[in-house]
Amino acid sequence: MANERIISAVLAAGLFAFPAVAAPEPAASGAESVVRRLTPEQYQQIIADVFGPTIKVNGRFEPIPRVGGLLAVGAGKVSVSASGVQGYDAMARDIADQVVSPENRATLLACEPAVANKPDDTCSREILSTVGKLLFRRPLRDSELQPLVADAAAATRELKDYYAGLSLTLATLLVSPEFLFRADATQSSSDGSRRLDGYSKASRLSFFLWNSAPDGALLQAAAGGELDTEKGLARQVDRMLASPRLEAGVRAFFIDMLGLERFASLTKDAVLYPKFYADVPGDAEEQTLRTIVDHLIARQGDYRDLFTTRHTFLTPMLGAVYRIPVPENGPNTDPSRWVAYDFRADDPRVGILTQISFVSLHSHPGRTSPTLRGKALREIFLCQKVPDPPGNVDFTAVENATNPMFKTARERLGAHATEAMCTGCHKLVDPMGLVLENFDTSGAYRKTENSAAIDTSGALDGVKFTDAAGLAKAVHDHPSLTQCLVNRVYSYAAGRQAAAGEAEFVKYLGKGFADDGYRVPALMRRIAVSDAFYRVAAPAKMAADATAAK
Amino acid sequence: MSASQRLARRTVLRGMMGGAAVSVGLPLLDCFLNGNGTALASGAPLPVVFGTWFQGLGFSQGFWEPKAVGAKYEMAQQLKPLSPFRDKINIYSGLKLFSDGKPISPHNTGPNACYYGDVLANPALPSIDSMIADHIGQNTRFRSLEVACHGLPDTLSRRSGTVSNPSEPSPLAFYQRIFGAEFADPNSGDFTPNPTVMVRKSVLSSVTERRAAFMQELGAADKTRLDEYFTSLRDLEKQLELQLQRPAPLQACVVPAKPGEEAPMGSVVEDALANHRIFAGLLAHAVACGQTRVFNVMLSSAQSNFRHTGASDTFHVLTHEEGTDAQLGYQPKVYWFQQQTVDAFLALLTAFDGIKEGSGTLLDRSLIFYSTDTGYAKLHTVDNIPLMTAGGAAGRMKTGIHVAAMGESVTRVGLTMQQAVGMQIGRWGTGGNETSKPFSEVLA
Repeated sequence: MANERIISAVLAAGLFAFPAVAAPEPAASGAESVVRRLTPEQYQQIIADVFGPTIKVNGRFEPIPRVGGLLAVGAGKVSVSASGVQGYDAMARDIADQVVSPENRATLLACEPAVANKPDDTCSREILSTVGKLLFRRPLRDSELQPLVADAAAATRELKDYYAGLSLTLATLLVSPEFLFRADATQSSSDGSRRLDGYSKASRLSFFLWNSAPDGALLQAAAGGELDTEKGLARQVDRMLASPRLEAGVRAFFIDMLGLERFASLTKDAVLYPKFYADVPGDAEEQTLRTIVDHLIARQGDYRDLFTTRHTFLTPMLGAVYRIPVPENGPNTDPSRWVAYDFRADDPRVGILTQISFVSLHSHPGRTSPTLRGKALREIFLCQKVPDPPGNVDFTAVENATNPMFKTARERLGAHATEAMCTGCHKLVDPMGLVLENFDTSGAYRKTENSAAIDTSGALDGVKFTDAAGLAKAVHDHPSLTQCLVNRVYSYAAGRQAAAGEAEFVKYLGKGFADDGYRVPALMRRIAVSDAFYRVAAPAKMAADATAAK
Repeated sequence: MSASQRLARRTVLRGMMGGAAVSVGLPLLDCFLNGNGTALASGAPLPVVFGTWFQGLGFSQGFWEPKAVGAKYEMAQQLKPLSPFRDKINIYSGLKLFSDGKPISPHNTGPNACYYGDVLANPALPSIDSMIADHIGQNTRFRSLEVACHGLPDTLSRRSGTVSNPSEPSPLAFYQRIFGAEFADPNSGDFTPNPTVMVRKSVLSSVTERRAAFMQELGAADKTRLDEYFTSLRDLEKQLELQLQRPAPLQACVVPAKPGEEAPMGSVVEDALANHRIFAGLLAHAVACGQTRVFNVMLSSAQSNFRHTGASDTFHVLTHEEGTDAQLGYQPKVYWFQQQTVDAFLALLTAFDGIKEGSGTLLDRSLIFYSTDTGYAKLHTVDNIPLMTAGGAAGRMKTGIHVAAMGESVTRVGLTMQQAVGMQIGRWGTGGNETSKPFSEVLA
């Protein structure tokens, strides 16, 4: 990846040093732990980590709903449908077949059977326990391993082929709930409170920081009790934060928070926006992620500056939309297609809100939507909920907005303004959305719409501005911006929204985020080494029983 | 425990462990059709089929409701293309839903009431097709099949709020799923159980055997969700079990050719309609070949995103912004999109009716539920949402009737359909939408 060199340079320079935590962590209640289904990205990442990048994951995953602004929270609200299990099963058999294939078996499997068409329990045991431990994120119990070894033997006898039998047995690991779902195991402390056990801590850490299952070293730390001591935990957390795999974790968080997964199905009208080629959505998503990773990890930048930075990365394909010539593989450029680029100080592009990704994602296929853009800004970055439009609205006042006399979005939306039921919410979102009207639905810059000049004045919660740079500054300085990120990162890490008994803890995180200069890796560290992150309240069932007993 | 002991207690492998797959019992001999193909040889009629068909943004108020009530109604202007099927369609007008003071979300409240019987879509409630699948879809390869024509896996079908049944947006992938390598032609002469399928079924039971241990530490909500996962896993085991049995011959089953190509998946209306035509044909063949008895089609999601190439507005945007033509009395561009959806529904009915089974057709033993999100898209109202049912539900539904039920809850149609497919259910819906009154005038 393009940023790897920068990251390595930063690591070498020791820029990852974190200041000592000054304020003590307030007591937190924890909450009932939530079983989460692996996201598609986690599934793919684990397969790549365990079997190597040559193994392809083919098939479609069931969608996960967005809850509280995050798919990571939605993952704790879903199960798997019948067709979903069929899909997982087909995917699993395909993966297992690739793993045991003649090209791969020598490198991917720990041993070879003594005879190719006969069972070999010793070899099966070695393979299944090694792979099983990485997939289940803990060592397999003997009561789990023994039947699997027996299955592999029986299947080998039946199919008269060791690898065919092993393949089907491996596939069952991949449809097992222990793999597909992240369920926490807990242990009691001497004071009666409950916390995750070592392996569950390891999983929580690695999914949070790396978006994948724990590696061998982390599992070893879990086995040895290292994660149960403050020092040992900090040692592992620092190792993980210093790893290049942190980038995958930070990317996964921002893909989720910004809803970038929707790029997979984003289309723009091909006639009206011919430059929005098939590759543009993917590059636009990658541009924003590269900007974020570079700013937050490589440069250890202030989170708020993401909204005002003019430093970014471009490809020739994006250059066509931005109208900037981007050299391809020219001298003195990055060996990849990506080229670092700084927008000039007087350029209307400033910060991630003006990148193609944000303005195109929150638009219609054939036109912009100031309403969708304003709503996204409030909901994604300020954690505010904009109500859905009401039903049974009398739109007679909005009559004929297709009339050519309404040239700009501002004029069309102005037609709504006369309707009292509509104005309440439109006032919340339109003024900041209209400021971005210089960027059409494909993300390209324009000064006019239907030959009428675009007025980009607007306001955000009392702060007035005349252009996107003003909006960027207002977002940068908005009092809700940083605490919103803290809430999102904690929800993402815990797989649920913060509990009432964690309010003080979340405030403490917000204060710490400020103390740390709003550096996101420092926030991640503060969560990862906290006690609150691993505390678990009694399951609802027990709580309900207790209530019933009163 | 040795491997052989372990497997000996797995019933499915019984009879095959001694060597290659030998005779697996053929319990379905009584499934041969009778002389004229309308019933199984045992005298039992061919089983009922249930489907839902959804489109966003309904029709134009005043242009779809038939004037006459009861039988022999005449299709109103907007539904004229459906005239050839008038005698197989029931139209329900005047229905409403009761929000009981809860907020109305214009694109969700209607589908929630029609599919779940609850305006807020209480997560505990399954969709109507899922309840019907529990009743009639247990012994088919697929419990139900879901497709969507607008490029996204959107669905209204669900076992609960935590288990949705996502739609397949690609006709080619859908073909592969049904008629690919694992399809067993019911009319094929020879049948040998596949040893790999037997082994797959056997090894899966190790997962089920760990269930209790896995569930031990979970809280109540997580237990429910994991129960659902194990139910889905059980469905897979049942599917494998069925693959080990000789399928019952089905006279009307013709294995369709693989579609040559599919249209780009997305919101361009012509592409969606093209893919719908392929889906309609594949679904009819899948049902005729006994692969499922329940299906769900989404032509578009609620708040339809359909559009033309080169147009800056979408179907949904037009419902808000287009003026009503004073002469015509409707929004002309909106009306055009709505006519495309009428044609699409017609295509589905034509595909089902085109498959002859004895003296009747596949449509005659089906019950297909048409619904949408808005009563009057221009105002996003949820009153007078147009609903239709098509097909005779294997003789359980009277058809060709316009039911005008001013002010009655939409859930009455849902209850009627559940009774028509033979469910023992007397009451459906929540709050103001709870009903115990089916439309008895359409129940045979």
